[in-house]
Amino acid sequence: MSFISYLINGISLGSVYAIIALGYTMVYGIAKMLNFAHGDVIMVGGFTVFFAVSMQGLPTAVGILLSVVLCTLLGITIEYIAYRPLRQAASSLAVLITAIGVSYFLQNMALLIFGANTKAFTSVVTLPAIKLAEGQIIISGETIVTIISCIIIMTGLTLFINKTKAGQAMLAVSEDKGAAQLMGINVNGTISLTFAIGSALAAIAGMLLCSAYPSLTPYTGSMPGIKAFVAAVFGGIGSIPGALIGGVILGIIEILSKAYISSQLADAIVFMVLIIVLLVKPTGILGKKIQEKV
Amino acid sequence: MKKFKKGMSLVLVAAMIMLVGCSSSTNTNTSDNSSSNESAEAGTSEAGETSASNGSVFKIGAIGPSTGGAAVYGLAVQNGADLAIKEINAAGGINGTLIEYNFQDDECDNEKSINAYNTLKDWGMQMLVGSTTSGCCIAVAAESANDNLFQITPSGSSVDCINSNDNVYQVCFTDPNQGVGAAQYIGEHAVAQKVAVIYDSSDVYSSGIYEKFVQEAANQPFEIVSAEAFTADNKTDFSVQLQKAKDTGAELVFLPIYYTEASLILTQAAAMDYAPKFFGCDGLDGILNVENFDTALAEGVMLLTPFAADAEDDATKAFVSAYEAAYGDTPNQFAADAYDAVYILKAAIEKSGATPEESVSDLCEKLKGAMAEITVDGLTGEAMSWDADGAVNKAPKAMEIVNGNYSLIQ
Repeated sequence: MSFISYLINGISLGSVYAIIALGYTMVYGIAKMLNFAHGDVIMVGGFTVFFAVSMQGLPTAVGILLSVVLCTLLGITIEYIAYRPLRQAASSLAVLITAIGVSYFLQNMALLIFGANTKAFTSVVTLPAIKLAEGQIIISGETIVTIISCIIIMTGLTLFINKTKAGQAMLAVSEDKGAAQLMGINVNGTISLTFAIGSALAAIAGMLLCSAYPSLTPYTGSMPGIKAFVAAVFGGIGSIPGALIGGVILGIIEILSKAYISSQLADAIVFMVLIIVLLVKPTGILGKKIQEKV
Repeated sequence: MKKFKKGMSLVLVAAMIMLVGCSSSTNTNTSDNSSSNESAEAGTSEAGETSASNGSVFKIGAIGPSTGGAAVYGLAVQNGADLAIKEINAAGGINGTLIEYNFQDDECDNEKSINAYNTLKDWGMQMLVGSTTSGCCIAVAAESANDNLFQITPSGSSVDCINSNDNVYQVCFTDPNQGVGAAQYIGEHAVAQKVAVIYDSSDVYSSGIYEKFVQEAANQPFEIVSAEAFTADNKTDFSVQLQKAKDTGAELVFLPIYYTEASLILTQAAAMDYAPKFFGCDGLDGILNVENFDTALAEGVMLLTPFAADAEDDATKAFVSAYEAAYGDTPNQFAADAYDAVYILKAAIEKSGATPEESVSDLCEKLKGAMAEITVDGLTGEAMSWDADGAVNKAPKAMEIVNGNYSLIQ
């Protein structure tokens, strides 16, 4: 019975990783850059909902909307100020380092504005927990909402990319920026749109992360952000269904190794599994195999 | 367009410099009526002049994290010491000598704590209140032992802070004392038969208490049925640790950890319908101040802590209202520890008759002599006294959270 409990805990942790990983993988898949500030945009999203709903008493829906709008603007601004001027630079390493810088900038700004005190987040999910087997197995409302959101977002993103003109432009930009520009696609605009969508997803992820683990500090996003990045690589970075699968598998491995091997070695085991997966399948579980044309 | 970008980045750089400037100006909190450096130097160079001591000051430095994840503790220490020094200066100083105060941020980083220590030494520090956290305190204590500079840490509770450094004293309990005290309390008061422990194996404070708790538990009439750890990188999901405690039938969960993680543990335990007794140490102090935290979850939580802001004695009431008026925040245990640390320094200086003209090392020797003799009544304990190691002797107080307030268990 406790195995099933652990499995459910694993899925609920994994679903949180998955929803963060969706944003990571989306930006990587199209802009081909690792946005390490993604975790911190999540934190900003969490704080927005916290202040709007818990402090100002606005309705939850308004708080969520506000958070999505604010994070979208933040994402576009970050891309415009920090990443775009460097995109023409010779080394993609420069953008990576800038992303780390932006991440620290957001953390320290949050520290100045909100302070270091931990804030307890009130869950935005009102769905009651499902209790099975006389209360032995409990599936929380947050888990259910997170998994459903993951599936909706995943389907929505896949449809958007494959069926709309803007989505097709994104695919083209990810294949070859230069050629896309020659075909009349506005590359900068397309990448801005990618960041806007990625950051809107971060706002939703932030709200669900804080609902599941209701403690909010300026560092809330950083560790889940890194784990979600691992989940994205695990599932095959750039692949949208891969992020969901990677996240859930990562969560289950983490919880089961905590439960049956050692609560201290859980992270070590997670990263060991990652190394093994990458040795066997270098592009991740659902990663596309890229053939170099000669 | 290029020009616009350049302008924009300049504006951003300027904004960052201003922000950094703002925070650092609050860090160095020199007291108002301090005299300048030059007059002190002039005083010592003209040996034999009696007016020399009137122109000099005691220079007390303090170190703690006023930014970063542990900023709650550092800011409390910064303000607590500041309040005590302002009070002492307003009352005419120590034996007529005023105190000059300088606080440096270490961001809870060992390396930066040593930098802060060196900055303070260049400034002319004679005594140190700090470092605030155990890890930093151990690093700084090695340096201050070399310089033989008198150091009193408000809250560095690891034994390694004072071991092998006879110039370092503590205001708070050592970790082993807390672990032993907790085990004895649970045993003697028969709080529970089956106990589970959840601790942070990546933290000296938490694992220090845990080790001593387990040792002492062997002599006590209760059984440890599960002991699970977590690490700094994996401290949001406690479902496994709680599930194991629940499966083994633990009636009490001992939490020798800080309140941030404890608040998550309480929330997650409630979500899985598990309601054991929770018992913690001074790290749990502050759990009621977590903004927007549902304090009903903390109802019945017991903790061993030396200070509670809503205690009814006059000293605590006066301290809390003065602190709230000056800094707009309710003081926690760390503020009280730092406040006591300054008054302990005052008592030791008065006992030894030390003057600011003496060298740092001579001053340290005199104060060490005085520390063995003095007893101080402070906010964090009655009749505190110190042994030669630098560890404090005082009785622990057990508190229980009742109706959203800490209340002393008699």
